[in-house]
Amino acid sequence: MSTTAETIDAISTGYKWGFETDIEMDLAPKGLNEDIVRLISARKNEPDWLLEYRLKAFAAWQKMEEPDWARVAHPPIDYQDLHYYAAPKKKDGPKSLDEVDPELLKMYEKLGIPLKERAVLAGVVDDRPQIAVDAVFDSVSVATTYREALSKVGVIFCPISEAVRDHPDLVQQYLGSVVPVADNYFSALNAAVFTDGSFCYIPKGVRCPMELSTYFRINARNTGQFERTLIVAEAGAHVSYLEGCTAPQRDENQLHAAVVELIAMDDATIKYSTVQNWYPGDENGKGGIYNFVTKRGVCRGARSKISWTQVETGSAITWKYPSCVLIGEDSVGEFYSVAVTTHHQQADTGTKMIHIGKGSTSTIVSKGISAGKSNNTYRGLVRMLPSADGARNHTQCDSLLIGDTCGAHTVPYIESRNPSARVEHEATTSKIDEEKLFYCRQRGLTEEDAVNLIVNGFCKEVLKELPMEFAVEAQKLLAVSLEGSVG
Amino acid sequence: MTAITRNAGAQAGVDGFLACYDALKDALPGDPGVREKAAASFRLLGLPGGTAARRTEAWKYTSLRSVAETAFATRVERGFSIDLSASTATFSRFAAQAAFGPLARPDRDPMVALNTMLAEDGAVLHVPADTDGGVVRIDSDSHGPHAFHPRHAIRLEAGARLVVLETATGTGRYLHNAVTEIDVGAGAHLTHIRLQDESLDAFHFATIYADIADSGTYDGFSLVIGGRIARTEIHARLSGKNAVAHMNGAQLLTGNQHADFSSVVRHDAPHGSSRQTVKNVLGGRSRGVFQGRIEVARDAQKTDGYQMNQALLLSPDAEIDSKPELEIFADDVKCSHGATVGALDAEQLFYLRSRGVPEGEAQAMLVRAFLSDALDFVSDETIRSTLENSVGAWWERQAA
Repeated sequence: MSTTAETIDAISTGYKWGFETDIEMDLAPKGLNEDIVRLISARKNEPDWLLEYRLKAFAAWQKMEEPDWARVAHPPIDYQDLHYYAAPKKKDGPKSLDEVDPELLKMYEKLGIPLKERAVLAGVVDDRPQIAVDAVFDSVSVATTYREALSKVGVIFCPISEAVRDHPDLVQQYLGSVVPVADNYFSALNAAVFTDGSFCYIPKGVRCPMELSTYFRINARNTGQFERTLIVAEAGAHVSYLEGCTAPQRDENQLHAAVVELIAMDDATIKYSTVQNWYPGDENGKGGIYNFVTKRGVCRGARSKISWTQVETGSAITWKYPSCVLIGEDSVGEFYSVAVTTHHQQADTGTKMIHIGKGSTSTIVSKGISAGKSNNTYRGLVRMLPSADGARNHTQCDSLLIGDTCGAHTVPYIESRNPSARVEHEATTSKIDEEKLFYCRQRGLTEEDAVNLIVNGFCKEVLKELPMEFAVEAQKLLAVSLEGSVG
Repeated sequence: MTAITRNAGAQAGVDGFLACYDALKDALPGDPGVREKAAASFRLLGLPGGTAARRTEAWKYTSLRSVAETAFATRVERGFSIDLSASTATFSRFAAQAAFGPLARPDRDPMVALNTMLAEDGAVLHVPADTDGGVVRIDSDSHGPHAFHPRHAIRLEAGARLVVLETATGTGRYLHNAVTEIDVGAGAHLTHIRLQDESLDAFHFATIYADIADSGTYDGFSLVIGGRIARTEIHARLSGKNAVAHMNGAQLLTGNQHADFSSVVRHDAPHGSSRQTVKNVLGGRSRGVFQGRIEVARDAQKTDGYQMNQALLLSPDAEIDSKPELEIFADDVKCSHGATVGALDAEQLFYLRSRGVPEGEAQAMLVRAFLSDALDFVSDETIRSTLENSVGAWWERQAA
């Protein structure tokens, strides 16, 4: 057995971001029924069509069964034992950062979120990139910056509840158009009870002047969080969206079932990047977030492009398949993923590329790293429909095993009904090469540094797809996640 | 997940098999307890896509509805003939002892439950230790509207060798549902070549279980050309150190054929090696399915697993569904798989045509080249040329 494996579990690291902010919460009673759905809708002063949408989703959800095909195991979830609405108590929405609860600001500071007006990353001077942050604290967005700069070019970036109020036509037109109400068990649940999330609309021909970013936090005990994100890029528009997550430490498992919908018209580009670092549970598999997410983008227009990049290090259970429906001619779908699991984490993640349009192309690069007693599964689908003349897909899935008590699994589905479409898939599973380790060690690196270096190299193809400021964070995150698992 | 509506006609099919069992059971050889259990499993599992209440992952791409909806005549005498002229293997008939082996899983696999419930005959082959058993041929030629469920068993003692060539042909609509249990002893070597050239109206299912001991080799190759709906399902377990499994194959389909090649190789001991190359060439409105899983248990360190699966679509109405899976619990392993799907390369075609090769011939040449990666694994030249002839005949047929 390798020395790497012997030191597994030798050290255990606490969750660096595990703290809880004490803010008075406005909680709905536990449980889920039609009244709760009505209550959520009423609290948010929603129009009738949205209430009807929620009720329809709830009715569908009640008839559905929780899916069991993923390689994850958990005790049954009692959906009646959760709060479906939690909002920090406040009078009116804050007008500026000064009005934001200082407790919250302190917490964001601990997390290192660039909420300040000129949010900048270390090392970048003056003509530094600007990032707009729509921070989500539990279920309600508390502060949105850069609104003005964005509105100047016509970009709408706001909490989805605000969008329902201010841009009802846009929301009604697109909400649920990519992920229908009864798409799956968790998306139906989300459609019934979602409380907040982000809405983003990039008008025709506009290149969004900055990266858009949302930090999600799950804070109150026993609240499930059901975010809803909707991004629409009109013809020729261009947007890069960042999503990052941390959550405080606690024992009870928390359910998170978000839905993200992306719509790209002719020549539009949407780049969606995620760093997911929710509490994975302790070294004994106690606690942690259940992350059951539906993310899907549709390339409606010709030459449109949707690119998903994710770095998944957190959550006790991840069930997540960011997908692209490639309708437009010559549209492009991309999926770049790094998933790290340690201790008792279970990740079942991958993508779907549905090729409909002529000449559509897709690229899948997935890197799975398993350590401890974790299980890491890539599950993906590439489907070529008869109309997808000349379509192309290339898939590369690599798994790295650290220690002999974890599992790495690859389950790709390839379905082609067009002879002119080409699909290529390759996958490998191996451990860290002893020779590479030896090479690094004899040049004076500690075993841990050597492993980090090799892991970063293994993930480089994906990390380079992240926006710069995220890439730095993601590299650190990989190192922190694997602390105690290696050397 | 939505439950599939139970289909009355299909249920009648399942009931038909069960009624057949009720009528025959007193006359069936072997342990009635095993039969009863299998019947209970079959009642529960039903026929996937026909009556099974839920879709099962193992039968995701293959529906047995048309099997369930066909009325088959019941009793068949033998369903196969055997040629031992070039072999020293001991042969006995399943009907004589009806000993069910420990490898088959009627509790999991519906077609195996059906076989275990109704199997009447089959070839039981045995090669003693350190003996070369030569070549055995098992041929089945069916003309019927009947259903038959042969139960074969092959046992190689330590250091034994054997080549088994199975062929299946026929006319009309019938159900050929075979189960083969294979025991490869330490250092033994079995070459198992299968040529499935059934009637284009027939249903063919072959489920093969192989257990391979220390340094034993199972070298399997299946050429699938016939059948309206066909499935080759191989479960290979590498239970001994340094065991080797090859599960190669090619499926050539046309018309409205549907053929499914599913395999699970389980590495349970260290230093095992598994190799698999499966090719699909699909014309007409045919549908090819490949499902291959490599499982590596915790103790199976130093495993080397490789799997390649490629499909050529010759027609706009053909479909390939491919699912190569890796399930790995040991860290010091080398496992990889690859899959490609596409049409004949236009540039290669152009190259051949520019040198005066007629289009049809150029296509045939490229298809043969595509298949040679897989066929080259058949080392016995006589057998390989038999298979190549079948490939040639298939090409003529699909081009016509």
